[in-house]
Amino acid sequence: MVQTVVFIVLAAILVGSALGVISARNPVHSALFLVLAFVTSAGLWILLEAEFLALVLVLVYVGAVMVLFLFVVMMLDIDTDTLRQGFVRYAPLGVVVAAVVVVEIGYVVWTRKLGVTLGTPVPHAANYSNTRALGDVIYTTYAYPFELAAVILLVGIVAAIALTLRRRPGTRSQNPAKQVRVSAKRGRIRLVKMPSGHGRGGEAP
Amino acid sequence: MTFTLPAFTPAIPEMFVLGMGCFILLVDVFLSDRHRLVTYWLSLATVAATAWLTVTIAENAGLLTFGDMFVNDSMGNVLKLFTYLTVALTFLYSRDYLTDRNLFKGEFYVLGLFGMLGMMVMISAHNFITIYLGLELLSLSLYAMVALDRDSPAASEAAMKYFVLGAIASGILLYGMSLLYGATGTLDITKLGVHIAEAPEIGIGVTFALGFIIVGLCFKLGAVPFHMWLPDVYEGANTPVTLYVGSAPKIAAFALFMRLLVEGLGGLRAEWRTMLIVLSILSMAIGSIVAIVQTNLKRLLAYSTISHVGYILMGILVGTTAGYQAAMFYVITYVIMAAAAFGIIILLARKGFESDRLEDFKGLNDRSPWFAAMMLIVMFGMAGVPPFVGFFGKLYVLRAVIDAGMTWLAVVGVIFAIISAFYYLKVVKLMYFDRAPEGAKPVAASLDMCWVLSGNGLAILLLGVLPGPLMALCARVINF
Repeated sequence: MVQTVVFIVLAAILVGSALGVISARNPVHSALFLVLAFVTSAGLWILLEAEFLALVLVLVYVGAVMVLFLFVVMMLDIDTDTLRQGFVRYAPLGVVVAAVVVVEIGYVVWTRKLGVTLGTPVPHAANYSNTRALGDVIYTTYAYPFELAAVILLVGIVAAIALTLRRRPGTRSQNPAKQVRVSAKRGRIRLVKMPSGHGRGGEAP
Repeated sequence: MTFTLPAFTPAIPEMFVLGMGCFILLVDVFLSDRHRLVTYWLSLATVAATAWLTVTIAENAGLLTFGDMFVNDSMGNVLKLFTYLTVALTFLYSRDYLTDRNLFKGEFYVLGLFGMLGMMVMISAHNFITIYLGLELLSLSLYAMVALDRDSPAASEAAMKYFVLGAIASGILLYGMSLLYGATGTLDITKLGVHIAEAPEIGIGVTFALGFIIVGLCFKLGAVPFHMWLPDVYEGANTPVTLYVGSAPKIAAFALFMRLLVEGLGGLRAEWRTMLIVLSILSMAIGSIVAIVQTNLKRLLAYSTISHVGYILMGILVGTTAGYQAAMFYVITYVIMAAAAFGIIILLARKGFESDRLEDFKGLNDRSPWFAAMMLIVMFGMAGVPPFVGFFGKLYVLRAVIDAGMTWLAVVGVIFAIISAFYYLKVVKLMYFDRAPEGAKPVAASLDMCWVLSGNGLAILLLGVLPGPLMALCARVINF
């Protein structure tokens, strides 16, 4: 009973914050709504006894990805007015498409039975470790998809480097090796001999 | 928990490609631009060696490994061999083009190899997880390859559109897969097929999942109404990248249809047949009619791809063994023709000149009779004129459709084939009956490319004269 109430509350917050992500006017607010969505889905996962995944979701997505995302959103100077320019023009088409999808989904739900027997999941024993259960399979049964995910990350790295590491004329870049190797003797400092008493500013006191 | 080491033999080609991809990535770092050819030759050698490995382990066909997530069957092996062939052709055709534009970098070849690995994973997938991961590996490599030409605004725009739409399609596909998992409790293709066959009735979850999965798959294949990205990506990307995007991934997408729809969701054939009929007719219609007004050859070929996708779907939706065989024959021959078509565009391009407009082909016969003849073969092949191979592709598909009692669909297919013949013949007319513009230079290309391209063009003619062996091969590997 308590679990059902918790589930409904979390699910309502999740759907609400997901709507907030796509309807907020300010991109920063959208990102913050997304953080809320992640945290509530982590709560749902804890309800399902997937504690490890829930904590990883909070650590990785909220702690790392979204902070970086917020950082980027704040760095970019997004002009929301230009983003909304085509809205009125495309809104009718969007409404029609959305209506068609809703009617189709409604039709399917109307004519079919659910076909899934909904039961309450059996709670695990007190000494059950979600982390251990994951660790047991991820490098054994799921070693192949695990490696594939690693290759996808590698492609991401290769792509990011290939797309950003290039020399453009006119950019000012630092050369750390050159900076370290500077020495005063090689033109870094120019010593100028000035006869004393002839500087500007008149007579010495 | 006890764990036995899985059999690695069936996946040796995949492991080899991964190892060589990493090796080439490292070697390329230490090469100066003068020695960049080493990367190129290493990549080609990798593709050739992978083909040899695939043939060597072919007798292990039918093996499942890695917890039943990987299958090595004869259909997969044949599809993989044609994937290697197309990737090798892409690499061969791209060398001079990329060198002329200062784009001859190791990343193109490394990403090409990783994309090929993604296709191999897709073709050999036997589990939703591996299907999705293979698809993402391929897609990510493709997005990066499209964007690789940073100085071209068109390429960046194409990459952006491709990336955003591709990410949405992946999300939709993943949503469908998760619904299916929720409804059936399994991610394994065979177990899913058994579950659906034994289920007393099909519930909402499975029906929704089917809809989402078909949307995701059709986006990747480029069927109408999920085709919006295709013309922009084909036109915006460099021609070698267009060749890569437009050829080998179609083979992998066909494998996905076979694995997901036929093997996994075969029990829902009546449901997906209706959806595919609509998609197929729309694809043929939009592909044939919109292509007529195009002035850019790459854009025209994009719409031509869309109409060909309609015929491939037609072969799949029949739902008979003959239909799947015809669709496989169609995919393989289409990919060979597409490789030759983009190969000729690359061949005619020079430094600072793209040669992708239709008017660039005016009077090609005066400049190079041989390659005008090759383009003629490609265009006739795509239009489906006998004795070129495109004719037999369409013939087998239409025969399977008629045998299944859907004569009206075959009639629709023939009508759109005739409409699409117009723009293929327009290219032929431009080459043979129009004058070349003033100052058009004779065709100059390196010797190896001329030879390979000629072989590619003649293959379309040869397969058209002797379609039997390839069809027999398709018939032997598809038997369900």
